[in-house]
Amino acid sequence: MPLVLADALAPPEGVDKDYLWTLNFGPQHPATHTTLRLLLTLDGETIVKAVPDIGYLHSGFEKLGEHLDFNQYVTIVDRMNYISPVANEIAWHHAAEKLFGIEITPRCKYIRTIFAELMRIHDHLLCCGAAALDLGGFTAFLYAFNQREKIYDISEWASGQRFHPSYTRLGGLMKDVDDEWIAKVRAFVREFPKAWADVVRLLNKNRIFIERTKDIGVLSREDAIDLSCTGPIARASGVVRDLRKDEPYLAYKDFDFKVVCATAGDCLARYLVRMDEMLESIKIIHQAIENLPPGPVSVDMDSKVVLTNQMSVYRSIEGLIQHFELIMTNRKWQAPVDEVYGAVESPNGELGFYVVGDGTGVAYRARTRPPSFIHFAIFPYLMVGHQLSDVVAVLGSLNIIAAELDR
Amino acid sequence: MTYGEAVSRLKERFGADAIKTTEFRDNRRIHVGTDTVYAVLECLKRDCGFDMLAELSAADYLHYPNATDRYGIWYVLVNCNDGARIVVKTFANDPDPAVPSVYSLWRGADWMEREVYDMYGVVFEGHPDLRRILMPDEFTAYPMRKDYPMRGRGERHNFPIITRAES
Repeated sequence: MPLVLADALAPPEGVDKDYLWTLNFGPQHPATHTTLRLLLTLDGETIVKAVPDIGYLHSGFEKLGEHLDFNQYVTIVDRMNYISPVANEIAWHHAAEKLFGIEITPRCKYIRTIFAELMRIHDHLLCCGAAALDLGGFTAFLYAFNQREKIYDISEWASGQRFHPSYTRLGGLMKDVDDEWIAKVRAFVREFPKAWADVVRLLNKNRIFIERTKDIGVLSREDAIDLSCTGPIARASGVVRDLRKDEPYLAYKDFDFKVVCATAGDCLARYLVRMDEMLESIKIIHQAIENLPPGPVSVDMDSKVVLTNQMSVYRSIEGLIQHFELIMTNRKWQAPVDEVYGAVESPNGELGFYVVGDGTGVAYRARTRPPSFIHFAIFPYLMVGHQLSDVVAVLGSLNIIAAELDR
Repeated sequence: MTYGEAVSRLKERFGADAIKTTEFRDNRRIHVGTDTVYAVLECLKRDCGFDMLAELSAADYLHYPNATDRYGIWYVLVNCNDGARIVVKTFANDPDPAVPSVYSLWRGADWMEREVYDMYGVVFEGHPDLRRILMPDEFTAYPMRKDYPMRGRGERHNFPIITRAES
């Protein structure tokens, strides 16, 4: 049924109910977490119609992408899904490197894989913790956030920034990791399953949590495909699709892990898929950190695409020349005059970038395929017939990040 | 169905001249005109198994080297059973850029088409609810067009100030 904003105020067609009333949910409401607005038409407490109204956080990221070069834009994509920032950076540089035809080094692949999986845990912890928080379970949220702090520390150690690391570069990474970082990741791998089990013990058999999430917001497999859903939301509905397996990028084909799926398609299934994916991520991180290959993290300087390190800029003429060539605004990179779509499996689903190159160092078009935007579009379908209190349960299970939603 | 089989089926149905293909890295693209794009996408969905519309967006090729058309719209289709991908591309031009809406094939196209309309002014004919989605309703320009400056044209300063009672 087509959704029209003006219609949300009028009673639905064919129903003679003048007692329906409209509720504005948001844009500033604690349970929306970020800035988004829902126009709900209610019959008592039953939702007759839900119309999302977005754009409150629109800040023109894609327009900025047409004015910042391939390395500068990484600071902007960081701020899209700020719950898992490095996952966005990896997606952006995955697409940009595909455009340039750069094959990154094995060590870089492994470090990026470890970061991608840490970010998956990062994102899922917030999503599951906040889902419980919205339904009244405060303790699980604190256990989840305690582990998120550890991942923030790991990000900080690698890049110097906790929230927005801007860690990847075209053809490599900002800098190599050290032994202390490896020790921190090892400690996290060792300790995380215990904290995970704490959250599971608090929620998985919690009668209140299960009754609030089971059979709520059911999405069938056919609907999930028709509505372009990806990631944990599609997998909870029985769509067996994971880009890590289907289109192996980075180093994923070296590792042994499973794709977590469910068939119920409700909020509980989405929660359970996310929880189990975290353990699979830990398995990947464990395999990657123990087999971290030696060697450089950035591609060879002769490729003319990667920024040289500080020492070779100061101490060699080749390094200085290349730094100059890439930094001066009238030189920079020469992207191929062509376009490419590259996607990775971000924690939220397929995060793709469609990058159009026009022979300069700035993308002609840097389109993001944001999973939050696609997933919020299914919200009206999920809500019809549910209670007002189920709004927060469904919103929490979809993991809508408004910064990515509006860009 | 593989990419090669899909292309040969499309060529069989629409004629070899109507279907142009290009490849770059691992992206395989089919270029079609706006008059046949709906039929091509329908054929890819119904007969070739590309059941998901993973991505739909556009770019303004105003200053692009050697570009002849202005608005390029791309559809990235995925076959959920074997993971195959295909990109379908079409171009629309001024003064009235328009392409047929694929909402009737995939409901997931709803918001993606609205975003392209919002940012580029490309009209999707047959879309049930083509409104602005990110920009305010009273905004008149199309901000992602290449002839629109990055810092805007001062539209923000002209917004009427409303009180809480009027909102």
